[in-house]
Amino acid sequence: MRSFRLWVAANNAYFLGVGLCALMFAVYFGAPPVGPLLLALMDGLNAMFPSDIESFVYSPASFTPNVLNTVAVKAVLLALVAMAQTLPVLTRGLDLSVGMMFIMTNCIASVLVIGGPVDVTMGVFIVLFAGAAAGFLNGLIVVFGRLQPIIVTLATGAIYYGIALGIRPIPGGSVDPVLADFITGLLWGKVPTVLVLLLCVVLFIWIPFRRSVIGRGCYATGSAEGAAYLSGVDINSSKLAAYALSGVLCAIAGLVQTFYTYNGEASGPSAGTYTLNSIAAVVIGGTSLFGGFGSAIGSIFGAFSLRTIVDLLFVFNMEALWQQLFNGIILLLAVCLGATRVFRIRNRLELFT
Amino acid sequence: MRALLKSVDTPLIVSFSFILILLLAGSLYSPNFLSPEYLLQQLQVGAFLGIIATGAMLVILLGHIDLSIPWVVTLGGMMATAAAGWWGDFGVAIAVPFALLCGLLVGLVNGLGVAYLRIPSMIFTLGINAVVAGLMVLHTGGFAPQDHATDLMHWLAVKRSLLGIPNVLFVWIAVGLAVVFMLNRTPLGRYIYAFGNRESATYLSGISTRGVLLACFGMAGALSALAGVLLAGYSTKAYQAMGDPYLLPAIAAVVLGGTNILGGRGTYLGTVVGVILITLLQSILSILPLGAMLQNLLHVRLEAEPIRQVIYGAVIITMLLVYGRSAKIQS
Repeated sequence: MRSFRLWVAANNAYFLGVGLCALMFAVYFGAPPVGPLLLALMDGLNAMFPSDIESFVYSPASFTPNVLNTVAVKAVLLALVAMAQTLPVLTRGLDLSVGMMFIMTNCIASVLVIGGPVDVTMGVFIVLFAGAAAGFLNGLIVVFGRLQPIIVTLATGAIYYGIALGIRPIPGGSVDPVLADFITGLLWGKVPTVLVLLLCVVLFIWIPFRRSVIGRGCYATGSAEGAAYLSGVDINSSKLAAYALSGVLCAIAGLVQTFYTYNGEASGPSAGTYTLNSIAAVVIGGTSLFGGFGSAIGSIFGAFSLRTIVDLLFVFNMEALWQQLFNGIILLLAVCLGATRVFRIRNRLELFT
Repeated sequence: MRALLKSVDTPLIVSFSFILILLLAGSLYSPNFLSPEYLLQQLQVGAFLGIIATGAMLVILLGHIDLSIPWVVTLGGMMATAAAGWWGDFGVAIAVPFALLCGLLVGLVNGLGVAYLRIPSMIFTLGINAVVAGLMVLHTGGFAPQDHATDLMHWLAVKRSLLGIPNVLFVWIAVGLAVVFMLNRTPLGRYIYAFGNRESATYLSGISTRGVLLACFGMAGALSALAGVLLAGYSTKAYQAMGDPYLLPAIAAVVLGGTNILGGRGTYLGTVVGVILITLLQSILSILPLGAMLQNLLHVRLEAEPIRQVIYGAVIITMLLVYGRSAKIQS
């Protein structure tokens, strides 16, 4: 019983993320648990903001697989970038270049993933390799240069953005349509393929990594680097692996983005938004920014909650001018979730650790 | 000689020699690089970055970081121009103080979040940045405010009143002197360095650590807003995202100047050298015909902007590798 309580206490931030996500989806679908209440709420809202897409909100029936698919692709994109952000954060670092790696791989994919089956396969592997190389470079500089991750990734972000801009000065390019339609399409006419892809990433990349010696090393390094070093944990390999894997996850996101938009675009603002939202998603997902605590699966739920909040604004037909402000406020509130720690502390000195 | 070298720290020497190398390399390309007019112009452009970097440095000395710089700069410019539009002559008179007040308030909110909610400054200021961005989008989109700079702002940012030296340089010097005085001659300055070295020890010494946090974040906000006011005067109008190109250079200038990103160590002189270094680097990278040079060298056709970004990031990392490394983990 005691161990169960400890387990709950250790994971409550994580549960919060999952709960928030479930709540958002419940509101989104107007599902039975909150259905009647929600309809009343929406009547009120519709009275206040007359809307012409109310049928879209009202009946779950209008929630077609295609709409679901669009929502899913955007959510999976953010979830992948958030997973990429989680790994450096677990080692008590931070990667401000995830957004830049994402658009860089997007631009590379828009050049290489086209042609015959061999070309396409080669292209996909080269894109994944480019992401891994970019992440590995971050890791090399952080580990052997012994510089602060924030500064390093701020600077390497400029480099990756330069590369993206060099490949695609203006938006363009193309991608293999068959593969693109498959990835961004529906499996068996119902399930968005990207969700299956995300599940595969979790099952075949995250869980094996989490259970490997190096994955455990990442947690140990993040929670107490000195102690991990003295216990014989290979902190250098752990950090290198975390950053490199982060690059690979960004590359997967870059590929999905290419399949979704059919082109490559070196958009600085988009990269900045993804970096910012990835950090917020990691925090909502219950991962500690002080390292050593959390999980990439939490970040997926964090990313889904963030995306659904943004989409809700659209569903409620919020005026475009207000959208950015509401996004900002929601982001701020999300990061303020971390403040709950302050109210549990009994001794003020604990604040400083 | 050795005593002299010890009194000046390595980052300062390295950055200063890099500045000389940049100037010499530039003068090989065109003798104009060493002319007083070019150097004054660089200092004028650098003054905006210098003022922002001053605020960034105060926060970094605490071991925190202010990522809300881009939109607080924009806020400063927009509020100053809008105040002039809203309240007529009175508004023109108070435009600059009003903008500084707005910046100070945002800075204080940053400080409150970090001091009382104990949220890591990095993400809290990112969130505030997003909120301020939303407010400014609403402000420009919803109310069609005046965006023209007042005469005073224009005079401060562009004109040269004394001995042909740009006024904005005097603003930077005044800000710099005030900050140097504060850091070296007032209790608050001591508290800032103490806080950066060990927050808990500072708290146990009976110092209001929350007050120090609020003061530094508040000053950083006000200084960012001041830079926004001057930038609006420089380009005669305030526009969205005008602060975006200043975040990375400001932090890079502070860190290249030898301020420890974990707090507690750093001098203002270092930040000044860092700002001049970054400004010169940007200027030289934009003047040199990089695209054509690369084409002659490797026969690759590329625009200049990508190369600029890559060189810029690479130079920052290389310089930091020379002297910014932290101690090896041993226990």
